[in-house]
Amino acid sequence: MFRELYLTFRHFVRTFGALTLFLLEILKDTPYVFFRRFRLVVYQVYNAGAMSLVIIMVCGFFVGGVLALQGYANLTKFNAEDAVGTFAGFALVKELGPVITALLFAGRAGTALASEIGLMKATDQLSAMEMMAVNPVKRVVVPRFIGGVIAMPFLAAIFSAIGLLGAHLVGVGLLGIDVGAFWQQMQSVIEVKDVVEGIFKSAVFGLIASLLAVWEGYNAIPTAEGVSRATTRTVVITAIAVLITDFMITAAFL
Amino acid sequence: MRGDMLRRDMDSTSDNIVEIRNLDFSRGMRKIFKGLNVSIRRGEVTAIMGPSGTGKTTLLRLITRQLIPDKGEILVDGVDISTMNQTRLYELRQRFGMLFQNGALLTDLSVFENVAFPLREHTMLTNRLIRHVVLTKLHAVGLRGAADMMPAEMSGGMARRVALARAMVMDPEILIYDEPFVGLDPISMGVIVRLVRRMNDALGISSILVSHDVDEISSVSDCSYLISDGKVAASGSPDELNRASSDVVRQFMHGMADGPVAFHYQAPDYAEQLLGRDAE
Repeated sequence: MFRELYLTFRHFVRTFGALTLFLLEILKDTPYVFFRRFRLVVYQVYNAGAMSLVIIMVCGFFVGGVLALQGYANLTKFNAEDAVGTFAGFALVKELGPVITALLFAGRAGTALASEIGLMKATDQLSAMEMMAVNPVKRVVVPRFIGGVIAMPFLAAIFSAIGLLGAHLVGVGLLGIDVGAFWQQMQSVIEVKDVVEGIFKSAVFGLIASLLAVWEGYNAIPTAEGVSRATTRTVVITAIAVLITDFMITAAFL
Repeated sequence: MRGDMLRRDMDSTSDNIVEIRNLDFSRGMRKIFKGLNVSIRRGEVTAIMGPSGTGKTTLLRLITRQLIPDKGEILVDGVDISTMNQTRLYELRQRFGMLFQNGALLTDLSVFENVAFPLREHTMLTNRLIRHVVLTKLHAVGLRGAADMMPAEMSGGMARRVALARAMVMDPEILIYDEPFVGLDPISMGVIVRLVRRMNDALGISSILVSHDVDEISSVSDCSYLISDGKVAASGSPDELNRASSDVVRQFMHGMADGPVAFHYQAPDYAEQLLGRDAE
């Protein structure tokens, strides 16, 4: 049993080391791709960001609505239903916006990235690039990574904004909370540092989700089963990594 | 500039553009090559033949350093490619053109952009010049009219012809073909066989060709290597191989079921497996 634990730990350390080296290789090529091949980056921002907008907006709206419902149901017991705006705002800006966006991003854009790169590997497209003296990390991986990192904070901001709209429509429109109290309390309680925390989290989650997606795709076993497994692992590992990181960042900002 | 320096470094008086010496390579527990020696002569079409699973494609991947040998040397123009760093390797690869078994076209680019891809990556040619070069190469493989199609809209044979156009778009010094005749109709095959020969002679390049098609190989190659059991079983001109007395060579060249190369993969006794105790 100890041997199994040891082997698992060793495997984890090796994978983590390889992932770190992969990240360094990506970061090394990032300035070149960003400044010299910006068109590739723009396309990937569109691919990862714009194509995820619908799911982000729909989910954001209903999460905001649920927060208003739950907040109202509980706060009304203490005659504090006017604080529903503050409650929804805090939850969305600091926690649910970045976290749920990262999970949705992993499910929509992350799986697309992992399976696309995995299939390129399985059909020898990456080998063909190598043979044409084109570095596939630079040409395929880096633009997708940068695209994801740029897109994530914007998606999280849109998620939070649409979520607040949902909370407003449910809280003010449906439950009859005073509109002035809803927004004024939120404005006076939520500070710039809370918004910064949310932006920081979404940037870190964007890095994690994009890195894990391109890593899993690039290292997929080049078969149908291998690509499918890489796609699944992208979602599972990203979810775990995002939640653990969220805990650490929240603790650091307290 | 660096490419020119590399080219000068590598300029060798040797007649062999690629030389493989005492090559060992394994996949897991399975030994693919055991002390393999192959010489690819400059300016010739050299064919690598052998039964399925003998490692012909693996050999091409070793020659282009997509794989690293366990032991032995692979010299390209006198330089051991396993000692090269990535920059030098990429400079060397710009002198290679490779046709993959499945074409390996980039599926998010059109046929035109696939062929233009190496030019856009490695040259500063204007769009107008790139268009001329790409259309010329597509015309050579008979697909100028398919320039705007996407790879997903093409048959396997057409995709391989596009891949061939892409492989030769940089006018490489060494062209490597992995099963170039698979999936081609007789007309396309005839054109491609003649194209391989004509390009080799007109441009003075060296070609390495992996194939099962004994007849096509015989009509196009100057020298052939027959690989079996991890080693070179025979080598020489197609006529020499046809006249060879070795059982392995005769079996392969004449497509006989019986001989030293087993058609059936290693398995337990047939009757025992069907009717024995395990049958139920």
